[in-house]
Amino acid sequence: MSIDKDKIKHVSKLARISVDEKKIDALAKDLSSIFKFIEQLNEINTDNVEPLSSILNQPLRSRKDEINDGKIREKILENSPQKHEEFFVVPKVIE
Amino acid sequence: MSILNGKYFIQGENEKWEVVIGLEVHAQVTSNSKLFSGSSTKFGAEPNTQVSLVDSAFPGMLPVINEFCVQQAIKTGLGLKAKINPYSVFDRKNYFYADLPQGYQISQYKNPIVGEGEITLDLPEGSKKVGIERLHLEQDAGKSIHDLDPSNTFIDLNRSGVALMEIVSKPDLRSPNEVSAYVKKLRSIMKYLGTCDGNMQEGSLRADVNVSVRKEGDTNLGTRCEIKNVNSIKFMQLAIAYEAKRQVELLESGKKIKQETRLFDTKKNETRSMRSKEDAHDYRYFPDPDLLPLNLDKSLIEKIKKSLPELPDQKKERFINEYSLTPYEANILVSEKEISVYFEEVVKNSDKKLAKNWIMGDLFASLNEKNISISESLVTSNKMAQLIDSISSGIISGRTAKEVFEIMKETGEEPKKIIESKGLQQKSDPKELEKIIDKIISDNKDKVKQYKSGKDKLFGFFVGQAMKVSSGKANPQLVNEILKQKLK
Amino acid sequence: MSDISKKSLTEIVRLVKKKEIKSEELTQSFIKNINNDKKLNSFITNCSEEALKKAINFDKNPKLDTLLPGIPIAVKDLFCTQGVKTTAGSKMLENFVPNYESTITNNLWNEGAFLLGKLNCDEFAMGSSNETSYFGNVINPIEENTVPGGSSGGSASALAADLTPTTIGTDTGGSIRQPASFTGIVGLKPTYGLCSRWGIVAFASSLDQAGPMTKTVEDCALMLEAMAGFDKKDSTSIDKKKENYLNKLTDNIKGLKIGIPKEYRVDGMSQEIDNLWENGKKILKDSGAQIVDISLPNTKYALPTYYIVAPAEASSNLARYDGVKYGFRSTKGDNLIEMYENTRSEGFGDEVKRRILIGTYVLSSGYYDAYYLKAQKVRQLIKKDFDQSFKKVDAILTPSTPSSAFKIGEKKNDPISMYLNDIFTVPVNLAGIPAISIPAGTDNNNCPLGLQLIGKPLDEQKLLNIAFAVEKKINFKQSLNRWWEK
Repeated sequence: MSIDKDKIKHVSKLARISVDEKKIDALAKDLSSIFKFIEQLNEINTDNVEPLSSILNQPLRSRKDEINDGKIREKILENSPQKHEEFFVVPKVIE
Repeated sequence: MSILNGKYFIQGENEKWEVVIGLEVHAQVTSNSKLFSGSSTKFGAEPNTQVSLVDSAFPGMLPVINEFCVQQAIKTGLGLKAKINPYSVFDRKNYFYADLPQGYQISQYKNPIVGEGEITLDLPEGSKKVGIERLHLEQDAGKSIHDLDPSNTFIDLNRSGVALMEIVSKPDLRSPNEVSAYVKKLRSIMKYLGTCDGNMQEGSLRADVNVSVRKEGDTNLGTRCEIKNVNSIKFMQLAIAYEAKRQVELLESGKKIKQETRLFDTKKNETRSMRSKEDAHDYRYFPDPDLLPLNLDKSLIEKIKKSLPELPDQKKERFINEYSLTPYEANILVSEKEISVYFEEVVKNSDKKLAKNWIMGDLFASLNEKNISISESLVTSNKMAQLIDSISSGIISGRTAKEVFEIMKETGEEPKKIIESKGLQQKSDPKELEKIIDKIISDNKDKVKQYKSGKDKLFGFFVGQAMKVSSGKANPQLVNEILKQKLK
Repeated sequence: MSDISKKSLTEIVRLVKKKEIKSEELTQSFIKNINNDKKLNSFITNCSEEALKKAINFDKNPKLDTLLPGIPIAVKDLFCTQGVKTTAGSKMLENFVPNYESTITNNLWNEGAFLLGKLNCDEFAMGSSNETSYFGNVINPIEENTVPGGSSGGSASALAADLTPTTIGTDTGGSIRQPASFTGIVGLKPTYGLCSRWGIVAFASSLDQAGPMTKTVEDCALMLEAMAGFDKKDSTSIDKKKENYLNKLTDNIKGLKIGIPKEYRVDGMSQEIDNLWENGKKILKDSGAQIVDISLPNTKYALPTYYIVAPAEASSNLARYDGVKYGFRSTKGDNLIEMYENTRSEGFGDEVKRRILIGTYVLSSGYYDAYYLKAQKVRQLIKKDFDQSFKKVDAILTPSTPSSAFKIGEKKNDPISMYLNDIFTVPVNLAGIPAISIPAGTDNNNCPLGLQLIGKPLDEQKLLNIAFAVEKKINFKQSLNRWWEK
């Protein structure tokens, strides 16, 4: 499948990555060749194969309903590029 | 809109339109800690104090599931008479938003923990079964605060990662009233089970409402719109009414309904399109590779089943039989677990008929007046039982009891003390009453003559006099009996 | 004492325990090497000062009953180290200082070791040549202008150049074994779940595993012992008793069956690699093992499968890098969406962006079944191939890489040719089984080449034993003239 500019624009929007107009063509070329490569999988018949649900053969481990975390606001906020008192700060969403 | 034969419809230009509603209720699981982290879930904490490294998605952080939240979901599923799926999978729902630190929400997509079930609604026109499609566990997001700063949004992640149960109904609801009954019943069941506190003001229960319309008699489903995040029953009803009308108007003017997500504007009482949502949300669900599939032991499900408390429907049946209640009365008394508990405590020690009347009448009125719940009332079940007992045993009359109750609800005093301190006891000594009545009879010989010659209505006069002389404390039954005898 | 920095880890530990060397002297020798290096660019953060303090402190009251007493260790910059910048080789985390420690590094420090520095790597572990790091290329100490392999290129380079006595990396598609092969060292990817992933910057969750990179197989056994262990904070961690890999290490592999998969003999494989592979077989036979021909029929689909599954998981794992909680935030953007788009566009390099786009694509509506679901089915088949083979053999022998280290820039413009570096290593990650690369010899340009041994799940002891036996017989010696100090 060839990846065209529109597909790239759509996917980059989903991934929240802006793509430079100047770079789109090269990107399209690269992605197209990668997709051609991964489409080799079409050669193989997987009709009666179960998808791998987990590489591990063990049950999902659970933990007890105890409060043993949190109360570390300073630690949580200290790496934030923008904060105000007790909050993370981001530019407004246009609703 | 109108209701005809119990059916709700929108009256269009030329025909009637039926409204089809499905609800996706998000119920916060009652638990100490979050679904995948050990942070507290308590409501009202200082911003970002109930947030761990996992909740704020720092590099290298991993989820570990809370076993109690799983049990709560199973419990709720059983309460909804639903199939508990022994195999379920946690999937990532990928999208970007400032209050979603991971950039994905851990949810369940194709393999939810609970399958199909049903809820029975108690409606004025009879009971109705509403289908449940599924219930799954997922993480709640944090909170975005838009109004503290003109150009910025503040983010509080306390709620990020709290366990939610998403309960999806089948599109079986047909009116705002049904929706109200559905939410109330669902909330009641979860409160009985202790799996969700149903507190809508605190955000423990929210719903996305899916609304579509179709011409009366049509069996196909119309295009639906989703009204997101409605957090009160009243708003749900208003939103449905508005949205149904909007859709009918569009369709009747030849336009098509655009399938979209809308918000309910609580100030304008109308729904509007969410401009920030793009055409289609592609969530790119895939099984979360940091977790493994959840396999539930049959024995666990059985154990939980055995531990279930009596649910509203069962209790209602039992109340009808044990306490000779009508279905209507039973409904009211089981609607909240605390009310049913209160009622049974009162009835243990007092007359059941008086109990139900006093609880559904005076007590409920006082709760409404004070805007409190039954457990907050100063009239505890013990005290209520005492009051009723005082009536049954003749210590006070029904009328006096109302006076006593007025004091009880304000002060929480025991009825016995109030009666004693105010000397409100009925006069029930036959000899004393005879004396009073004899005097009245002798003072009113002409009236006695009139009564005996056929003026039956004068009986009330004698009763009234007896009451007057005794300052209202004469036992009305005894007065009646004695008078009847003496006036023979 | 002769240059201690050239000695193996086990030898160094022995000397420390015998009190023949102090931690301070030991640490100084590595610090000297680090400071003298002008070319390799294997370090992103040099923790020499702190390390020296810790070494001096250790010497005051040496605790010698641990596995790594007083040993300074530099680690791949993908492990979150408390109070020390952790960049993942990316602008996105250029100034990120975690206030928590990864379980793996914590395990090392609990065994008496301490941090020497953070090592360069491909950005977010995505690459096979350490040419995608925001902090510049890493050079292979074998020869100037050659790549060390990736993504744990900095780790391999630093170790081979004696800038650290041992190190740890992560392996998602070959990122430990391929650079090990390119630099003439030993690298092990453990069974998925044996080493905790908590606190490691995640790339592809169902494939990532931390592992040791060392000079000898003995060292590898020692490091694995220190690293491995159940972690309840990681739901994919295996709960098993700890093993004493070093104590139980033996070169007695009589009677073991070693499989040779015919599908690994790919078109255009060089004669040198074939020769080394043959030599490996001979050595095994001479050691009393039996060589068995096996087939792993779905081998050729492993790489395409990997390049669907890994980018898919990565696209989701990297969604958290949004400039809100930590890391880089773009100054451009008037609203939230613009801020996201610019932050992620400026913060991520080209290879990372490419893989995020691929990953987003293969998960997207309409394509999920044809790509992601399909890949998970093929992955099942690949795993079954190994399961079947392991009914007949104890381990599998293959070359580690299809070539030796190539020149910097040689494959940069051709993503597919870069991806093909991992053709022998990737199937192992897809199946979640352990594999080790040991230096097998050199090619005609004197560049090292590795042989890979693949084992059954949780069968690391046997794998290490076989590697130990082969290593002894090969007796690979690498003596570099430290040209990077000039």
